[in-house]
Amino acid sequence: MTKEEIISAGGSKVAAKPRLLLDVNMHYCPGCSHGVVHKLVAEVIDELGMEDTAIGVAPVGCAVFAYNYIDVDWVEAAHGRAPAVATALSRLNPDATVFTYQGDGDLAAIGTCETIHACNRGENIAIIFINNGIYGMTGGQMAPTTLEGMKTSTTPYGRRVDLNGYPLNITSLVKELDGTCYVTRQAVHTPAAVRKAKAAIKQAFINARDKKGTSFVEIVSTCNSGWKMSPEKANKWMEENMFEKYPLGELKNTVNPK
Amino acid sequence: MAKVIGTVEIDSAKCKGCNLCVVACPTDVLALRAKEVNDRGYHFAYAADPEKCIGCASCALVCPDACIEVYKVISN
Repeated sequence: MTKEEIISAGGSKVAAKPRLLLDVNMHYCPGCSHGVVHKLVAEVIDELGMEDTAIGVAPVGCAVFAYNYIDVDWVEAAHGRAPAVATALSRLNPDATVFTYQGDGDLAAIGTCETIHACNRGENIAIIFINNGIYGMTGGQMAPTTLEGMKTSTTPYGRRVDLNGYPLNITSLVKELDGTCYVTRQAVHTPAAVRKAKAAIKQAFINARDKKGTSFVEIVSTCNSGWKMSPEKANKWMEENMFEKYPLGELKNTVNPK
Repeated sequence: MAKVIGTVEIDSAKCKGCNLCVVACPTDVLALRAKEVNDRGYHFAYAADPEKCIGCASCALVCPDACIEVYKVISN
């Protein structure tokens, strides 16, 4: 059946491009997890009716052009300073829902201080954290979240703990802070995981709107160009290796505990 | 018995041929064009076996470029 036949038979559209995602080609590599998360953020903002009140803070990294793709207000922050900029935005605009969208090089490396202190102060913001264990934009260098033994362009023989230290699990660190109200770790590699990630992002936006404290959503992602794999293989590699160090699930929920 | 009939519509100009929808499809409807490419040089996805589509929207969920639309009807 064609689309027209299905509609005339009483059927409906069950999936389409979110209304708030602008009709431009994203600059991301084929199969990049950023695209899926952008889609989820756009859908959640639309569903919660926050088109006019949501303010995003774009990071430095692959997602630096996020403001070109999602049709809400954005501020571009200096490298790693998105939570600090978001703090000011949320304090000066109490009616706005402020969120940051950051990668691991931005949030867990240069912005560790801002991240931890924003979470510790319990700022009413939602932090979306894309963790793919690599600096994707600059050419696949080692990030703090790079796994032990993982090959990157600056660790061509694999990350060595004696030389480079251990992978930084910043989400578990943030969980311990009293300012955070919701800390979760998700992925977007399968349809089921995408649904769960969407629910988590939605919860984070609701918490930010209702001024409950800092919500922190980590999305364990792939960087197939940086990892030098096909998108499909990268997803498999992520399941086999990344989930061991970064297990999925809800780490903390003080808003509606189960 | 009620039968679910679905159809997918893929924006081939936006598709980057990442193959994730092909892997996600539970009924093997989708495939990548083996020889054709779009304006940007990607082997875009298409419905190779449209009769099998059940409108589950798994492909649309995992598509990073949001270029898949899914329609569904339940026919008796």
